[in-house]
Order: sequence, then C-alpha cells, then structure tokens
Amino acid sequence: MSKTKSEVTHHVLVPTHEKISDKEKQDLLKRYNITIKELPMILNKDPAIESLMLKDGDVVKIARASRTAGETIFYRRVINA
Amino acid sequence: MAEEKEPTAVVSEEQLDAESKEKTSDEKKIPTFDRDYHEPAVTKRIAAISFGLLSPKMIKQMAVCKVVTPELYDKEGYPVDGGLMDTRMGVIDPGLTCKTDGKRLKDTPGYFGHIELARPIIHVKFVDVVLTMLRCACRECGRVLIPDNKVQKIAKELDRIEQEEGLERRREAIKDIVINLKTTSKCPHCKAKQQKITIEKPTTFLESEKRISPIEIRTRLEKLPDQDLVLFGLHSHIRPEWMILTVLPIPPVTMRPSITLESGERSEDDLTHKLGDIVAPEIIIEDLWDLLQYHITTFFDNNIAQLPPARHRSGQPLKTLTERIKSKEGRIRHNLAGKRTNFCARTVISPDPLIRINEVGLPKLIAMKLTVPEVITAWNMKYLKTFVENGPAKYPGANYIIRPDGKKKKITDETKEASLEELQPGYVVERHLLDGDVALVNRQPSLHRMSMMCHRIRVLPYKTLRLNPAVCHPYNADFDGDEMNLHVPQTEEARAEAETLMEVQTQLISPRYGLSVIGCIQDAISGAYLATTSLTFTREESIDLLSAANIEDYSQLPDKEKITGKELFSCIFPKDFDFTGKSKKGEPVRIQKGKLIEGTLDAANLGAGSGMLLRGLHRKYGADETLTILGNLFNLGNEILVKYGFSTSLSDTDLPQKAQDLIQEALDQAEKDVTQLIDDFHNNTLEILPGRTAAETLELRILEVLNKARNKSGEFATQYADQNTNLVVMINSGAKGKPLNLAQMAACVGQQAMRGKRIEKGYFDRTLTCFKKGDLSPLARGFIRNGFKHGLNPKEFFFGAMTGRDSLMDTALRTPKSGYLYRRLANAMQDLRVEYDETVRDSSGKIIQFQYGEDGIDVSKSEKGMLNVQRLIDSV
Repeated sequence: MSKTKSEVTHHVLVPTHEKISDKEKQDLLKRYNITIKELPMILNKDPAIESLMLKDGDVVKIARASRTAGETIFYRRVINA
Repeated sequence: MAEEKEPTAVVSEEQLDAESKEKTSDEKKIPTFDRDYHEPAVTKRIAAISFGLLSPKMIKQMAVCKVVTPELYDKEGYPVDGGLMDTRMGVIDPGLTCKTDGKRLKDTPGYFGHIELARPIIHVKFVDVVLTMLRCACRECGRVLIPDNKVQKIAKELDRIEQEEGLERRREAIKDIVINLKTTSKCPHCKAKQQKITIEKPTTFLESEKRISPIEIRTRLEKLPDQDLVLFGLHSHIRPEWMILTVLPIPPVTMRPSITLESGERSEDDLTHKLGDIVAPEIIIEDLWDLLQYHITTFFDNNIAQLPPARHRSGQPLKTLTERIKSKEGRIRHNLAGKRTNFCARTVISPDPLIRINEVGLPKLIAMKLTVPEVITAWNMKYLKTFVENGPAKYPGANYIIRPDGKKKKITDETKEASLEELQPGYVVERHLLDGDVALVNRQPSLHRMSMMCHRIRVLPYKTLRLNPAVCHPYNADFDGDEMNLHVPQTEEARAEAETLMEVQTQLISPRYGLSVIGCIQDAISGAYLATTSLTFTREESIDLLSAANIEDYSQLPDKEKITGKELFSCIFPKDFDFTGKSKKGEPVRIQKGKLIEGTLDAANLGAGSGMLLRGLHRKYGADETLTILGNLFNLGNEILVKYGFSTSLSDTDLPQKAQDLIQEALDQAEKDVTQLIDDFHNNTLEILPGRTAAETLELRILEVLNKARNKSGEFATQYADQNTNLVVMINSGAKGKPLNLAQMAACVGQQAMRGKRIEKGYFDRTLTCFKKGDLSPLARGFIRNGFKHGLNPKEFFFGAMTGRDSLMDTALRTPKSGYLYRRLANAMQDLRVEYDETVRDSSGKIIQFQYGEDGIDVSKSEKGMLNVQRLIDSV
C-alpha cells in the first residue's frame, strides 16, 4: 500500500471484516443450506479487506452496527477482481 | 423443439369444441356449464428462439391463393377470385364462408396469399445487411473477402465470444470484422479487383457510381457460399438472396378489414390500398420498376426519411405494417403491454361519512352497467328470474344471459319474454350490482398495496363514487376533483381472494411502520378532543349522539344526569380493553376495562399513522372489530362536533395587546441586532466563524437572529392566543394546522428562503430596484415582518410570491423524479422474499440479507417497527 493512502479499516464507519475458518465456513453453508454461490460477494481488492490478502472462495464475516438490531453479522464470499 | 407438443394441444381443443357443438344440435342435450374448464396445462422450457427469413418457396407454400388482379369486388359486391379480397384468404362479411376452412366471419383466422413480383424488389428493412454483404463479398466469385484459412478461425473465435461473453459481444465482433473488410480491394480467392459500393438511400445501390439492379444484387448474393454466412451473423439455413423479394406474401383479409360507411360505401383498410398499388402494374417497363419498389417499400414502412410517405386522397399518410407495430399507439405498447379491463368504472370521488369505512358508494347508473355473473341453480332460479324480468333498464335487473354453450344474449324488451322462458339451471345471468357485492377501488399512483382495496358496494343516487373520509389516507385522496377506478371481480375465486386479501380491514396495519393507516381525521379528531377535554352532556343528549353515531348499545352509559365526554366515549370500547398511552401533549391516556379514566383522545391516539390506541385494539380484537370501533369513534366525534357547532373565523387569530407588543418588541430587537451585525461586518469587527468567509458568517448570523425572532413571535402567539377558539382547538387536537400557521397569521410570516439562503436573486447586488445596492437588511432580503392578518406590503408580497413560485416548480419537478426512483426500487426488489430460515433471498436463492431488516421483525406485526417487550413480559 502506498503511503499516501490511509487505511480505511481504521475509520469508524468501516465495520470489522475478518476471515472465517474452513470449519466455520462449512457450518455457515450447512446452516443456510446453500452452496457458496448463494452468498453475497466482495471483491478481494475491496479496501476493507485488501490488507487481509484473501483469495477467491474465502468467506469474510462482517460485524456491523445496525440501527434496528444493535449489531448484526453478515457474510460475504471473496471473489477475484 | 418447444413447438412440438403445442399443436396437439390445440387440435384437442378444436375437437372438444366440435364435439360439444354436435351434441347440442343432434341430441338436444345441454352439457354442463364449462366456462371454467381448462385444458390441462402443458409446460415446456424454451431452449432457444431462432429468427429467420421466409424463402420464396416458403411464402408460396403458406399461401392459399395467388393474387393476380387489384380488383376487390364484382358487380354484385362479392369478392373476386384472385383479387385482394379473395375468400380463400378469409372473410370479413357476415354470410360468406372462407373457402380454405369453410368457417364464417370471426371463426376463420384468415390465411396468407401471395403475388409474384414482375421484378425482384429490395426489402427496405434489410438494406443495411445487403449493403454489408455486397461490400464484403467478391463481385466475381462470391466468396467473402477473407482467405480460406482464416474463415474457419474467425468462425471459431466468434463461437468462443458468444460462449464466454454473450450474444451482444458476438454482434459487436461481427461488426468489427465487416468494418475491416470494407477497404479490401482484391479478392483473396480469385484475385478479382473489388469496386467501391455505395448506397443512395433508401434502396438504390451503386458500384463505382453505376447503378446495380436488384436482379444483379440477387445473383451476387446467390453466389455467397453457406459456410461464409456465419461471418455475417446468419444461420446457414437462411439464404441472403431472400432479402431481395421475388414473391410477396399478402396478409390475410381478416387483418385488413374494410369498414362500411353510413352511406353504404365501403372504405378499405390502408394495407389493402397499398396492396392494390403493388398488384396493379401488369406489364413492367423499366420506369415502373422504381414505382413498384416505392410501393413495396412504403407497404413495409411509410416513414422512411428519404421517401415521401404514401398518402390517402385526403392527404393523410397511410398506416402500413411498421406503423401498426411501433410507437405508443402500436400493437406492442397499446395492445400487448397496455392492460385494459372490462367491468370497471371511473369517476370523481366525494366524501360520505354516513357509509361504513369498508363501503364504497356506487352511482345507480354505474350499478346498472356493471354486472356480476350468477349461475342459475334449482334453488336460486326464482330469485334470478326477477332480475331478468326487470331487464337492463329497471334497477335491480340484468343485462345479459349466457347459455351453457357460452353464447351471450342481450336482454332487451323484445327478447325478455323468450329469455325468461329459456332460463334453466346451468344458465348464467349477468345481474346488476347489489348492495354488499365486492369491488376493488384504486387510486393512482398505486404506490403501496393500500392503494387498491376491496370495498363493499352501496348503491347510491347521483354520479360520484362515495368514500368514507377515513380511507382517504391510504389512498392519499382528497375531494378536490380526484377520480378513482373501480373493478368488479367476475369469478368466485376472484371475489374470495379480494375479500380475504384486500378488504379494507385486512389493510389496517401498514407493513411500512406497523400502525393503523386508517384513523380519525379532521372533524372526528376535533370532536373527540373537545368531548374528552371539556364537554358534558345531559342523558338525552348522550343518547341522541350515540344513536346518531350508529351506536345502539347504551348499557355502558353511567346512571347519571350529567355525562362527561369521557364517559360517552367509554361506551365505544370493549369492556375488557385496557390501554395506556400518551396524548399529543404528552399527558397520560388511560383506558381501564373499557372506560376512559384519564387523558384526552386526540390525533396521537386516533389519527391515521399514529394511533397506538388503534394498534392496541387491532392486536386484541382483530381487524373486523377494530374497523367497527374505529367507525364508531369517527361517527361519534363527528356528531359531537355537529352538535357543538364548529367553525373558525378571523377573530380566532386575534391576540391581546400585550402579546402584540411583545412580538413587535422581539422583531424590533432582531432588526436592531441585524443592523448591528451588518455594521460590524462593514467595520471588519465581526467575529468570523471558523471555515467561513466574513460574508458567509454574516449571512449565517443574520439567519440565526431572524429565525430566533420568528420563533419567539410564534411562541408569543400560541402562548397568548385564546385557548378556547376553534382554531386553537384544531391545532391542539392535531386535527388540522400547526402552531406555525397560527404564528404566520397572527404575528409574522418570517424569512423567505430559496435554496436555504435568504433571497439574493434579482438585480445586481440587490433583490428589487427599490433597494440600495448591497443592502443586507432583513427587509431587503425577503424577511416578511407582517403577519397574514395584518397584510403584507408590496415588497413582502413579492418575496412571498418568489418562494411560492419556487416551491411550486420544485414540487412539479420532484414528483416525477421521485416517482421514477421509487419505481426502480420496486422493480429491483419485487421478487425478494423471506424464506423459512429468515433469510431474504432473490428468485434464484441468492442471499440478500441473513435476517430480514437485520432484526427479523415483521413490521406489520410490530408496533411502530418495534416489539413492546414490556408488555410481552407483563402478559406472561
């Protein structure tokens, strides 16, 4: 990352993104009875996960602040740009 | 592939028709009424659609006759054989039969004919394709101007592009290839020199300035080998020379019917006229070739830029094939996409608080035009016969009877007797609408599901649709000339669906915010407010009011001579109803065991979109009961107001002298402060806000001061205004008006703003010519110091007109914009749904949300989008 670019993940409005393990991923797919294709997507070069160096098929867990529910968990699968 | 099974289904239907007909005529046995009988559905998935061209052979094959003469009818008026109205192509006269299928008018679908053209003619819609092919193919050997070894490679590349990037990209790739070929000057196959081919629009092709005849063009296209066609995006079973017409299909007579004028004269369809021109020239000389080309071109499209459109004798352009299909009035947008229905009505709406909330008042006139089909059985025959006896002109009558074979017969004074005789079980009577029938009522724009609700019909005199004013809110209707549509469901299923899914009471709770969309409005709120704050009634008055409001249970009235408004309203609630809430002022409202113990009923509890009281009733007693109670509250409120006598007058805005002085003082002070600020600004002593220029700071400070002054004068106005005037009652109850409106009338209209700033428009450095340049004082920048009652001075009035005009423009421009935005959202989200695992998914099963709304709450089952946890705990 160039020095002029600021790290977006430090910003208050950017929710925490983290990679989930393979086991968690399988559990997730089983819980919703889906294949990975049914998950929403996120680009691997998305500034919020760029530093995690994820690859196609990984799943990120996003914990967002929610107006209606306090905190809410969202999952996205990583795709290559 | 998809077509294979289809014809069998059609055939079996025909057989069925034939069978049932035979039975009726031969055995005189009436089959059971089978209007609702449907063929078992055949479902198929379409794998592909392939578009192609009609070959001359194909055209001749599908033609049932050859047209040889432009004549239409002989001396007796019968269609001429071999003419344009040949009966083999279908019939349009009653009495004649089609020679192809032996069917009569309306039964025969019509068949194509054909004519042999004396010379080949270029099809206008394909000139572009023909041009590229002429340019890209060798003029000698006919091969495409690409070396043999490359043809295969390019074809493969095209297939790959289609596979990976879709058909759209393939088309673009073909376009690129064609553009490159245009400049090739030597054939890579036979080494022949290529010449430049140009086009003189619309249909003349030139090769090095010399004209190429359609015959020459056709022979060149014939030479193009099949394997090269892929490069132009054509399938190999299509031949390019078919784009040059040698045979022209003649559309069936049934799609170009003539009309008989009042004078008995026949007026032919535009297409027939055009075809007459095409068939006419028997012997072709070279001059007439171009004429034939013109006629056929305009037959396909009469709006070619370079051609004068073919006209009627009256000078009006003919409507030929293309005009029939395209544009707003064309077949697609007007007939296919334009959804229209029978059994519907539209008129102006007007209010009628005396009908129930879920009723709609229908003019008798309309009730006699719209009908409901009712099947005769042994048990209702007598009942239905009374309708037929009355006929179409006397009110509860009937307009049509339908025989079991589906034949519809109009009831007239002449046929009435015969129809009555004929009636027996299995027949259907289309009777006039009666009180209690259901109808869908709709007001555009239909932005949410409450825009179309099912109402019970109430037949009334006069000519407007009547609505209970309480349903104005969901429809967003008022009575300043609004019109609404009404539809009458025609089958038992449709009626059941309308009743259970769409009736007004089922729509009470809005899925948007979980509160009642229907509530008391205006007078009803004022009435309830007055009664529950200050009014008392004698026993007689109370009974009067209750009965006027259609409440017949007086047992809840306390045994006293003086009855308070609270006690009166307590008669409406169920005996076991408990409720605690807050009034508009924030004071508690308590209902215990159906008795209003304390608090006032106002817009916060009775109003549409805010009524927590109504939400509570709905939760406990269900939709039907809530609607009845709401109707009672509404009626009682209205009746009380009628009895009380309620109007507002100019004197309602009067303020005591003290208040007027205070307001003037506040405004004077504000003006002084502003002058001080301006002076500071000019002397450079103004304290500048961070991140602003001096001028910006000044503007902000001035706005602040003036707003404060207006608010202050508004406060004085509401504070000192007589709390017992009807105007203040309306404001306090929330029925109509805000404190701001009172302040604007009584005290000061305030600053007029455009784009969030004081008015700056007009002349250089000033708003009006009566001000000095650079005048920043409140009065020169649109501050209206006077109130509406006092009256505005000319400058103030002008500023008021400026912002008035501006906001008018703004709404006029914003409505379509936000409407389109909403439409796009609605279309994008229309088939998202919540699955059983609480995820929101689209039609392909992709997850959109893991929990609906992130909290999984069904808003229509919530209270204002939230769960009342305290009450849930209490109830356990």
